[in-house]
Amino acid sequence: MATLVIEKLRKSFGPIEVLHGIDLSLNSGEMLVIVGASGCGKSTLLRLVAGLEEPTSGRIVLDGRDITALDPSARDIAMVFQNYALYPHMSVFDNMAYGLRIRGLPKPEIQRRVHEAAALLGLEALLARKPRQLSGGQRQRVAMGRAIVREPKLFLFDEPLSNLDAKLRVSMRAEIRRLQRRLGVTSLYVTHDQVEAMTLGDRLLVLHLGVPVQLATPMEVFDRPANSYVAGFIGTPAMNLLDATLTAGGTAARLEGGMLLPFADGRREGVEGQKLTVGIRPEHVRLEPGGTPLTIDLVEPLGSETVLLGRLPDEAMLSVKVHGAWSGGERTEIAIPSASLHVFDAQSGLRLDPLR
Amino acid sequence: MERRTIFAGWKLPLLLVAPQLVLTIVFFYWPALVGGWESLTRTDAFGVHVVFVGLANFHDLFADPRYRAAILRTVEFCAAVTALSLGLGLILAVAADRELRGRDLYRVLMIWPYAVAPAVSAVLWILLLNPQIGFIGRFLTSHGVNWDYALNGNQAMLMVILASAWKQVSYNFIFVIAGLQSIPKAVIEAARMDGARGWFRFRTVVLPLLSPTLFFLVIVDLVYAAFDTFGTIWAMTQGGPAMATETLVVKVYNDGVVNLDLGSSSAQSVVLMVGVVALTALQFRFIGRRSGT
Repeated sequence: MATLVIEKLRKSFGPIEVLHGIDLSLNSGEMLVIVGASGCGKSTLLRLVAGLEEPTSGRIVLDGRDITALDPSARDIAMVFQNYALYPHMSVFDNMAYGLRIRGLPKPEIQRRVHEAAALLGLEALLARKPRQLSGGQRQRVAMGRAIVREPKLFLFDEPLSNLDAKLRVSMRAEIRRLQRRLGVTSLYVTHDQVEAMTLGDRLLVLHLGVPVQLATPMEVFDRPANSYVAGFIGTPAMNLLDATLTAGGTAARLEGGMLLPFADGRREGVEGQKLTVGIRPEHVRLEPGGTPLTIDLVEPLGSETVLLGRLPDEAMLSVKVHGAWSGGERTEIAIPSASLHVFDAQSGLRLDPLR
Repeated sequence: MERRTIFAGWKLPLLLVAPQLVLTIVFFYWPALVGGWESLTRTDAFGVHVVFVGLANFHDLFADPRYRAAILRTVEFCAAVTALSLGLGLILAVAADRELRGRDLYRVLMIWPYAVAPAVSAVLWILLLNPQIGFIGRFLTSHGVNWDYALNGNQAMLMVILASAWKQVSYNFIFVIAGLQSIPKAVIEAARMDGARGWFRFRTVVLPLLSPTLFFLVIVDLVYAAFDTFGTIWAMTQGGPAMATETLVVKVYNDGVVNLDLGSSSAQSVVLMVGVVALTALQFRFIGRRSGT
């Protein structure tokens, strides 16, 4: 149990700055998920905390101790790697015991901890095996076990599930969450998978091009994305983002095709004609006879629901999620409920909240 | 997919493989067969009468204390050359594996000795170690070391070991570098996170993962030291002084070409051939097993 504080952390590789000042604070026992597209700097951030890379500037404080300049071995942090990074020449037991032996723990204590972790992860029967004799999911468990037995102050997860097949990923995801809750170890979890991010994190940090864009709970990120990038990144299928302009008085947005979308929650600040990006999630678009016509280009059945990819009269793309199978034709009529609108400034991308 | 070219007749394919076939037959099979036959015969001093003597040459050979001494000497020589060249290759490769300036240049320079002909490298070492004109040799004599490899057998042995090992360091270097690069970076990082540092990390993680490469190199180095060092030794000491550097291959040459005891020399060649076959079989088996997993 420990807190983690990151202050003004920057990292450059040569002339290229990949992290432009990260400030973060993790409560004891919290699981924070860092999410972003590849190349956003999320893995670099994790490696800085691990000590595998040196920051250009900034501070990392773990449990009140400044660890910025410490060697990884002195940080009391355990990491689960994307490709497991097990020691191929050691048995499962030795893989887990390696770090404990280095710390000079007495033999019975090592035995106790390894067996405890193995029991927790269902690995008791595999302790004598070598990593190459294990399946992907088992290797992942051993990698987790190696982190758990250390009883570190902080867990780091670097996309630990991305090498697993889809089904295993879902079950391991739940397992990781259960374990982390149970052990109560403060954790940083890096992923590009927004479903993982939503389900695992107490809070999310969305990184975009080395800049932290939003730090909030998963539901808040989903309900009130801080900018149009987050809006498009979180949620499947992705939120529809439509070009629009602000009407006089800031009470509505006018789509390029002339469709008027009044704001249900109040007027926005800005001048008439200001360019906006209006977001609406596909599941919030309603089918409504007599509404705006939509030409359907593609129907994607997902089983319990179906995604319709279509075009508005002004050729703007719009996807709609409907329940069940789609039996309609190539045309339908829709309505966009004003209560579900997200309004962003087109230039800065920032969310525009109603004036109070 | 297997690439296969179909020829209409047998004349063109035969013509195409003929040069290699002729080379192999003339320079490998024919001498081997002649050597095998000669090992069973004894020729008089003028080369006129040839008598079939069966296995007498082999019997005499293993009864000869000087041959047994040569075997022992060869084993020592091989062990020393292998240990020295592999040890140095390993150290230099580990040093070159780090992030450092001019790493590529450093690697290229490390590979050069391998391209130097044995006799040339021998001359180079003589120019360094000769007690009268050698840079190191003069330094040693002027500092009170009684250095003269033409008189002192141990010093001569030391010199041929040094020269032979030096040539093989490059080969070991290349293979160890490749071996080090095939170790996943994340495994090393995991060891760092686990708290393993420096020599301990090297010994418990890097070295075990490198061991297949090292085993392969031990075999290759032994074969090199036993058979490919003739040029180096002959150019430096001709096996002397007083047979101090006469390894088995040098002895074959001395007994057969210099002293014209063709029967015994051929018998020694056959013994050596058995040795090469054994080592090669060991290596093949090992490589086969490695690629099999």
